[in-house]
Amino acid sequence: MSEMLQTVPIELTVNGRRRALNVAVHHTLLDVLRDDLELTGTKECCLVGECGACTVSLDGRIVDSCLVLAVEADRAQVTTVEGLAVDGHVSPLQQAFLDKGAVQCGFCIPGQLVAAHALLAERPHPTVPEIQEGLAGNLCRCACYQQIISAVLATAEGTAR
Amino acid sequence: MRTDRIGGSPNRVGGIGRVTGSQQYVADIRLQDVLEVKLVTLDCARARIISIDTSAAELVPGVRLVMTAAHLPQPVPRFGPQFSDRPIIAVGETKYHGEPVAAVAAETRDAAEEAARLVRVEYEELPAVFTIAAALDPASPLVQDPSLRAGDPLAGTNVLREHRFGWGDVEVAASSADLVVENAYTFPMVTHFAIEPHAFMAAPDGDGIAIWSSIQHPNWLQKIISQILGLPLAKVRVFAPDPGGGFGGKQHTKLEPLVAFMALRTGRPVRLILTLEETFQAVRRTSAEVRVRTGFMSDGTLAFQDVQANYLIGAYADIADRVVSKGSYPAAGPYRVPAVRIVSRSVLSHTTPATAFRGFGNPQVNWAVESNMDEGARALAIDRLEIRLRNLARKGEAFIPVDTPADGDWEQTVRRAAELIGWGTPLQPGRGRGLALGIKSGPTTGLSYATVRLLADGSVIVYAGTSDMGQGARTVFAQIAATELGAPLDWITVVMGDTAVVPYDQQTSASRSTVLMGNAILRACQSIQAQLRTMAARLHGLDEADIVVEGGAVRLPDRELPIIDVLKPGLGRLGGELVGNGEMRKEAEPGHPLGGSAAFYEFNCTAVEAEVDEETGDVTLVRHVTVSDVGKALNPLQVTMQDEGAAIMGLGHTLMEHYIYDERGRIRNLGAIDYRIPTSMDLPLEMLSAMVENADGPGPYGSKGMSEGALLCVAPAVAAAVRDATGVAIRDLPLTPERVWRALRDRSTP
Repeated sequence: MSEMLQTVPIELTVNGRRRALNVAVHHTLLDVLRDDLELTGTKECCLVGECGACTVSLDGRIVDSCLVLAVEADRAQVTTVEGLAVDGHVSPLQQAFLDKGAVQCGFCIPGQLVAAHALLAERPHPTVPEIQEGLAGNLCRCACYQQIISAVLATAEGTAR
Repeated sequence: MRTDRIGGSPNRVGGIGRVTGSQQYVADIRLQDVLEVKLVTLDCARARIISIDTSAAELVPGVRLVMTAAHLPQPVPRFGPQFSDRPIIAVGETKYHGEPVAAVAAETRDAAEEAARLVRVEYEELPAVFTIAAALDPASPLVQDPSLRAGDPLAGTNVLREHRFGWGDVEVAASSADLVVENAYTFPMVTHFAIEPHAFMAAPDGDGIAIWSSIQHPNWLQKIISQILGLPLAKVRVFAPDPGGGFGGKQHTKLEPLVAFMALRTGRPVRLILTLEETFQAVRRTSAEVRVRTGFMSDGTLAFQDVQANYLIGAYADIADRVVSKGSYPAAGPYRVPAVRIVSRSVLSHTTPATAFRGFGNPQVNWAVESNMDEGARALAIDRLEIRLRNLARKGEAFIPVDTPADGDWEQTVRRAAELIGWGTPLQPGRGRGLALGIKSGPTTGLSYATVRLLADGSVIVYAGTSDMGQGARTVFAQIAATELGAPLDWITVVMGDTAVVPYDQQTSASRSTVLMGNAILRACQSIQAQLRTMAARLHGLDEADIVVEGGAVRLPDRELPIIDVLKPGLGRLGGELVGNGEMRKEAEPGHPLGGSAAFYEFNCTAVEAEVDEETGDVTLVRHVTVSDVGKALNPLQVTMQDEGAAIMGLGHTLMEHYIYDERGRIRNLGAIDYRIPTSMDLPLEMLSAMVENADGPGPYGSKGMSEGALLCVAPAVAAAVRDATGVAIRDLPLTPERVWRALRDRSTP
């Protein structure tokens, strides 16, 4: 049966690049990013929308890509962690994550960064409680939460290098 | 000071890959023609397998193999780090919920999942034990087949091992103690919840096999695969990409032997990426019930500690019995105690195999013993900080006879924590403070080799078999090389995670790597320095004794040269490189209760101020202070990250985390929805971490291991603060709002 799966053509713009592909109707955006497009920066963990490791931006909205069917993302603009660097240079937020010590094992970091980027786009000068709430859906078992918050604050204040 | 040298906090080595998404964890590696594996499990804990019908599953297009125990060598090989008790796949009987009875390999994940659902297993559910009480009941079924430990007098029980430690005479001490406090405490069953679920791949590799695993101990895995497959070590190549969090849950071999056999049988690469739910069923911490009887003299001096700790381990031992012995051994704490009796048992059950977990059995007894210290202080009307200081071992004191004496000025750590929490200053109504000490023995044996290559341009490659699972070993190792060989950090590459390339390392555990591998790297660098000295003597017509190489420079009697100015002319026209090897051993000590004394102690003091909402039972940490004695912080930012990370992880088992089993031994809160770990919304309102540095550790530059300390005594500190705020003593973890609320309700209705 798996080789007779029903597929549907979709078109995505991922990190600014247009991609046309046929996707299985039951495959998630996460499946398609990782398996079909080989963009493995977006991580897979809980698959129930609780851990945030698979966070991507979908038309400017933060989603758990494990909860979005790929067909639902047809014609959408998707930004993943691979799309955050500018001209081959890490963004101020990415640099701030390194400078403030927000990265340990790194597995949750792609999701944290995408969520934090979106948070800053919506609220350029967030308060600490706003950051905590904005990133509450992104688990970090290394528990770098304090450092992640510092990195977001430093980026907002423009003190990140 | 250069930030990339020792004592600086440069950006993490490997950090760019982690913020750009290019870092490859096992699940991110794509092998050509790989088959996807899905496990088949039963919906109960213990069952007799009557038959397995794979015919429907095999008809699913794309399925290449449905593996059962029947496909394996007979008897099915068993393995384990301590006892060879775990079969490659369930044989005859499942022992816990989630134990695989079959595994499907197919061209796609969809096909593998569909076929796994179509494997028909006829089985009979059997009575099982899920609690310490049930396991110890002589009428209960045995978890382990007694033939697996023939001759063991305990083989007819569910007690895998009983450990007895201590000194002095507790009964004599009890007869003269002014106060005896006795209480029982429970510690919950919690899971590692690394955000990266365990991932395994295997592929035929010429006349050998290649394994990829998110494992902390690649060399140990190599040994087990070699034994099971009958291959020489040189034909088993283990790739161990940096794990996405380990915390002990990725130390030992789990499903790698299964995927190895599947790869050999299909002749194809196979991969198995566990779901988060499957990781819950694969690894957990030992839960425990600890009864402590503590004797005090009226001035607060400790007279004795009498500790009985039953740890509930799982269906297979994994490393859990070592967790029990090593974790309970320092149960009397960092104190001067004239008489100590510790009896600890590893109790088998039909549950997820327990394994190492940050803290390694210490948090369970520490929770009980430190809480009892508070009870004693209250009964004697002595300040809770003061009673600890009065009993605390002084530096050099043999507080555990025949073991390493106290290796730090621990009072400094305690006083610093007390100062940061504002101990003794007035509190707002509804708030309380707690303070606790934690101690853990570092590694008792160890063996690490390192190779360092100084290349012709002065850049450096370090080969180290440590797994960098987030603790930052790569960065610290590069800093050591930068300090010793003068290269800037971005001219240093640290190679790990490939047993065909990197020399042997025993394991990444017990916060050992900075000390053991760090020393091996330091020695490898010193070997290169010696070669540079010889070179400089030859080039400058000097006596070697007049040349010093240190701090990245070559000092001649009349001037100082950068290393490169000796290296280039010394190597000559053909170029080449200098190679240094380093080895660091900590030998076993026969006759020692643990087989070896502590390389160092992790010592921590945690102090908290908490506010309790009497309406809801919700505990808010207003301030959380953690202070660790680290010897020397080679990278202060990383020390803080590990310290705070451990502290927040400790808040998990203290306030919210626990498995809930149903009557059939199934974890009811399986997965991220119903099992909560701390999020950014669960942080203390203020977190202060500090470190004590007296350069008195055995590691490079006086360092000690430090990655677990801040987790050891979170629970007793928080529970003490809750008691201080409300007057209610709670002796079961976690301190969920419901549990606290119930305790408050029971307090107010006499």
